Amino acid sequence: MTLPPRLQEILDLFATMDDPADRTDLLLSFADQFREVPPEVATRPFGRDHLVPHCESEAYVWAIRQPDGTLKLHFAVENPSGISAKALAAILDRALSGLPPDQIAEVTPDIVEAIFRQNISMGKGMGLMSMVQAVRSLAKAAA
Amino acid sequence: MGDMSDIASRGYAHPEVLVSTDWVAAHLNDPSVRLIESNEDTLLYSSGHIPGAVHVDWTTDLNDPLRRDYITREGFSALMSRIGVTPDTTVVFYGDKNNWWACYAFWVFQLFGHTNAKVMDGGRLKWEKEGRELTREVPKITPTTYEAPERNDAEIRAFRDEVLRHVEKKGQLVDVRSPEEYAGTRLHMPDYPNEGALRGGHIPGAKNIPWAKAINPEDGTFKTAAELRELYLNNASLQPDQPTIAYCRIGERSSHTWFALRYLLGFKNVKNYDGSWTEWGNSVGLPIER
Repeated sequence: MTLPPRLQEILDLFATMDDPADRTDLLLSFADQFREVPPEVATRPFGRDHLVPHCESEAYVWAIRQPDGTLKLHFAVENPSGISAKALAAILDRALSGLPPDQIAEVTPDIVEAIFRQNISMGKGMGLMSMVQAVRSLAKAAA
Repeated sequence: MGDMSDIASRGYAHPEVLVSTDWVAAHLNDPSVRLIESNEDTLLYSSGHIPGAVHVDWTTDLNDPLRRDYITREGFSALMSRIGVTPDTTVVFYGDKNNWWACYAFWVFQLFGHTNAKVMDGGRLKWEKEGRELTREVPKITPTTYEAPERNDAEIRAFRDEVLRHVEKKGQLVDVRSPEEYAGTRLHMPDYPNEGALRGGHIPGAKNIPWAKAINPEDGTFKTAAELRELYLNNASLQPDQPTIAYCRIGERSSHTWFALRYLLGFKNVKNYDGSWTEWGNSVGLPIER
């Protein structure tokens, strides 16, 4: 399966990072770019049906259909320590927003391992993969 | 220093092992103190830490890279040198998840006899909730000379055969995992991947007291001695003067309980069985209860 080009670019970038410190910096720079779901899309309390299961960072995800038929992804991460969830949210938004739902639905949770590698801790992996799965499910429903 | 008197008023056996966030804030520039952050989430330290704090990672810094064991004397000496600690330095641990990993690091440091060690009550959660400063600036450390003694496992670390003898003598055991793991209906923590045990259940005779019950969830601080006594002594009938072994899955959650029993309640003889369920639940022929 070919990945969406912007996602492939990001994965390629992570693949060049041999030094764990560089990888950490890159992840943090994505986390810094994280923008929470705007109030015109959702406000607190967020609907439980948007909550990502198994994610201890209490992440929420929305996929909003645009006039051109593509999807725009939005996220909220309620745990202030949810740095990894924020990084992944920023990556998914950057890589997948603006694509048609059927392309987004093709992306599988194994990208999490390629992105985080040794920065996956025991608890985080499941939650992060679950975020990708939640995006996938929304995209499938919209396709 | 209202917080300090707060810790002192909680009735702990050894209140000196805990310091408050106020105390830490007042000692940020104290050269005799080294703050050490230990987390589950390896990104957290880099995303912002208490000014001057160094990072000690439980996997890469405290474990032997090959064998399932902790670092050796040489490894510990090198670690202490790298983080700028001398035998006289007061090390203060803090971290995410209610200081779970901070207590684990504290325990490993005790294997090498660095008793000049404390835990910041409430950990990252309390520090962040109080809106205190975090920085991404990694402190520049001048390496020290630290000659660690050989690791002493005898006092506070339990091994499989010893645990088996303890079971046969009907000794006190605390299983600090979730009730589902204890009951054997699941082989791993809720929402965590299965990290491999062939059998579910618990070590015969173990009392199930999930580790986080020792914590006030809103700010991550330890409960008072009276509340802890209710939990461990009254509810679970543990006797502070009896040898006690705590375990979980790999010995990290149980180091938190080890800390609470030994220092906060003054249990005389508590060991952490780091082989824990990933060893016991996989070993051929060991007795299991469900």
